[in-house]
Amino acid sequence: MRYIPHTEEDVRQMLGTIGVDSIEDLFSEIPRDVRLDRPYDLVAPMSESEVLGELKRLARQNATVETHTSFLGGGAYNHFSPSVVDHLISRSEFYSAYTPYQPEISQGTLQAIFEYQTLICQLTGMDVSNASMYDGASACAEAVLMSVRATRRSKVLLASNLHPEYRETVATYCRYLDIELVAVPYLESGRIDQKLLSGLLDKGAAALVVGYPNFFGIIEELGVLADLAHEVGALLVSATSEPVALGKIKSPGELGADIVVGEGQSFGMPVSFGGPGVGFFATRQKTVRSIPGRLVGATTDKDGKPGYVLTLATREQHIRREKATSNICSNQGLCALIANIYLCLMGKNGLRELAEQNLAKAEYAKAAIGAIDGFSIPFTAPTFNEFVVEFEGDADAMLESLEAQGILGGIPLTKYFPEMENRFLVCVTEQNSKADIDALVVALKGGVA
Amino acid sequence: MEIRDELKYSEDHEWILVEEGIATIGISDFAQDAMGDVVFVELPEVGSNIDAGKTFGVVESVKAVSDLYAPVSGEVVEVNEGLPDAPDSVNSSPYDDAWMVKIKLSDAAQVEALMDAEAYRSCIAEQ
Amino acid sequence: MNRIGTRGLILKEKLIFEHSDPGRKGYSLPALDVPPSTLPEELSRLEIEGFPEVSEVDVVRHFTRLSTWNYGVDTGFYPLGSCTMKYNPKVNEVVARLPGLAGCHPHTPERLSQGALGMMYDLQVALAELSGFDAVTLQPAAGAHGELAGMLMIRAWHEAQGSSRKKVLIPDTAHGTNPATAALCGYDVVPIASGDSGVLTAETVAAHMNEDVAALMITNPNTLGIYEADIRKICEIVHEGGGLVYCDGANFNAVMGIARPGDAGVDVMHFNLHKTFATPHGGGGPGSGPVGINKKLIPYLPKPVVVREGEKYRLDYDRLESIGRLRSFYGNFGIMLRAWAYILTMGGEGLKQVSEMAVLNANYIRARLEETYHLPYKNRSLHEAVFSDKNLGGGCHTLDLAKRLIDYGYHPPTVYFPLVVQGAIMIEPTETESMEVLDEFCDAMLAIAEEAENNPELLLEAPSVTALSRLDETAAARKPVLRYRAEA
Repeated sequence: MRYIPHTEEDVRQMLGTIGVDSIEDLFSEIPRDVRLDRPYDLVAPMSESEVLGELKRLARQNATVETHTSFLGGGAYNHFSPSVVDHLISRSEFYSAYTPYQPEISQGTLQAIFEYQTLICQLTGMDVSNASMYDGASACAEAVLMSVRATRRSKVLLASNLHPEYRETVATYCRYLDIELVAVPYLESGRIDQKLLSGLLDKGAAALVVGYPNFFGIIEELGVLADLAHEVGALLVSATSEPVALGKIKSPGELGADIVVGEGQSFGMPVSFGGPGVGFFATRQKTVRSIPGRLVGATTDKDGKPGYVLTLATREQHIRREKATSNICSNQGLCALIANIYLCLMGKNGLRELAEQNLAKAEYAKAAIGAIDGFSIPFTAPTFNEFVVEFEGDADAMLESLEAQGILGGIPLTKYFPEMENRFLVCVTEQNSKADIDALVVALKGGVA
Repeated sequence: MEIRDELKYSEDHEWILVEEGIATIGISDFAQDAMGDVVFVELPEVGSNIDAGKTFGVVESVKAVSDLYAPVSGEVVEVNEGLPDAPDSVNSSPYDDAWMVKIKLSDAAQVEALMDAEAYRSCIAEQ
Repeated sequence: MNRIGTRGLILKEKLIFEHSDPGRKGYSLPALDVPPSTLPEELSRLEIEGFPEVSEVDVVRHFTRLSTWNYGVDTGFYPLGSCTMKYNPKVNEVVARLPGLAGCHPHTPERLSQGALGMMYDLQVALAELSGFDAVTLQPAAGAHGELAGMLMIRAWHEAQGSSRKKVLIPDTAHGTNPATAALCGYDVVPIASGDSGVLTAETVAAHMNEDVAALMITNPNTLGIYEADIRKICEIVHEGGGLVYCDGANFNAVMGIARPGDAGVDVMHFNLHKTFATPHGGGGPGSGPVGINKKLIPYLPKPVVVREGEKYRLDYDRLESIGRLRSFYGNFGIMLRAWAYILTMGGEGLKQVSEMAVLNANYIRARLEETYHLPYKNRSLHEAVFSDKNLGGGCHTLDLAKRLIDYGYHPPTVYFPLVVQGAIMIEPTETESMEVLDEFCDAMLAIAEEAENNPELLLEAPSVTALSRLDETAAARKPVLRYRAEA
């Protein structure tokens, strides 16, 4: 077994030092009646080449951008990741380390997190970011819990055009806590119904949670929503599953958001069947002590040299136990590092240009598809790189027919909205060429015929 | 370990000074020493009521959190506004600069039940 | 003695923001092949204030230099107790990057993602076999997330029985995540003391069990590295009292092939793929925290559930009693892939050998150190040994020992945990370390004990070979600086 270095002679010597006769003696305190009395029923050990062969066999059974042209988004996005990213995160000093408990030998991780926190603050327009969380949906749930702590109120309004999996995750986290979740309807434009929202907001509301862009790819009027929430003393939580948009749309911080969360997978991570990505979480200075998760802060060493440490740990589970701000005890370290490297490479202009390309391609596709007989664009408000299409027939069956032509044309919305059997969600990124989009349009026309 | 004779003390290591029905409360020198470097203090709002035996605030060091337990009941009439910005004074000046709250006593008899300096000395000697 | 910790070339490195120069770029984009488009002005952002402008070389050199300030498992021995810092096999990294796996979008129709779903199904089955449970969910992203999934299922089961129990029993040796998780499920925590021997006795549990107790959260082997030998009896007591038993599986690396928690009566247990199954810790994540359950909890599994029908796999969303989902999509698939490659490599017999050698290594360290270092609990150690700093001379404490170990070239053990041991030093070597490595480490530990007696300054001033000396955590917490801001 190549990961276990012990020779028979080593084992004999070690047992001698310990003063027992056999390996079996080491387990003497495990009672007989809980012992497993048979070998495991698992595969026999494989060689490295066999393992690779088996995983490649599995890989061949999946459709990817190598086999299909893809217009799938809906919370996971197909963006290009520069070669530098994987090269740097493959340094094992990063990936084989653990949480930076010993700052003197973890300054690489700590400084990288400090930079990540800064980049997230700049991107979101907020004061403070934590060191990251599991994903956008769980970060959104943590934001809901924080808003309840910060306001000492117990009603939370969730936009019904927020990503459905974010809404479900929030509901799971709140399941046995005394928190009332209220759905806020949306209009025919695809945006939140501000009139109905005003009626639902009262002094019992802890927060309004809004997708920005929302699940239909639509850019909400976040500033107006923030004002409405603030009028009754509620917090505005902005949740972004496609953060490339923030290169082009106004930052949630500028528009008055109190907590900004989202999914960072777009920043250099593969779609990887939905995980791992990275949840970002940012807020205002005044609420820093109720923030969940790890935080890195600047300090100096004994000789006055600048350095970084984990800080404000008394909020956390290992000290405050059942009174902690969250049960989370890690961050999404390596994925936060990916986002950090990616955002440094893209920089101030690259992320904006990237966002502009996404917007332009999606607009091109939206206009072309909307012009096909039998297809229409039901929501009228501005979108970023995703939009909903309505088809005069069964969307799911039509999308399946595109697969034969090597196209993954979108996400059928019946998956989340049973009434939307004619609708699907199309995502266009910089990875989709004009030729890809034109091919989709041709295929959709064939779908009608 | 400084223990001031003019103060009363609780078992939770708060000190209390009563002047004309107003009680000033802080934590003792023993308590600050046990906590280590204090980094954060959270105090109640003026106008709120605190109840004897219940928590009214929090003191944190780098690796520990201590709730502050009210030795007596009453309405908070003043808090040490400067303290959250200078938590180190809890370590350097627990009886003077780092007073925490002033409350209007609702039951003066509660003060009588607290320890005097001598009793507190023997209390911490046992710890 | 021969110290492996020496001082190499240490380069200074600024923050990336301080490298920024307007006009530098580190990216390339294809030319835009469609007409440009704009957003209404009230939605448009002009710029991302503060974002750096750096070249590709700047970025490569910056992060390469930062990496040299880190210590990883590939750097050297990393005996961080409770974290199972074993070697991270390289083939697993290759596997997780295969385009047909890493590039599979989570919304790909099931008919076109059979490889991904099939792997998940097989991993569920394998984890169930390893632990003796009836079903496994792969959705949780980490151990604490798995705890949340498990405790929510326990609560859902109680509610379905019409029971409104409010309390959860947790031994004082538990990880802080246990009480924090119980609170997140709306439970009150009742701490219970482990006995003088460091284990939880059936009598103690019986004394605390009543009709208001929903569950016991236990860690087995516990955080002292000791097997909870009363586990079967404890489970019976909790079950007879109408409660369920949650097991924190952080220490599963000690018992593979030896004893299965499900067989002992445990109802729920989370795995840490990033501990037991060799996936990298990534400087704090991503991890993966699958949860094994017994069959009475199956209706409450987080959805969707990966199921097999004939030769096909699919995601089952139609589960009325499910606790719901805990995150988007299906879990940290990239981590599952690495764990699956590891299981295929080791096979059943290999995994048993993993636990045997992990326990042998911990006991070897214990045997070599227990005459010098105080060992507060004498029961047989499994995968880790917990010492205290009681015998350490020269006014030195656990923290000083930890920092001095850095000078010798080691990552320190877990310190000051579990809380029941004053000045705890928790050493978990894992199975991937050889006798030579353990001997060198033990020699260093013994040398440091001598230094504490004769020259304590060496400990109190340590570390001295690192780029930075001890950092001021008090200043960091008093005036938190959590982000960079350009000087005006």
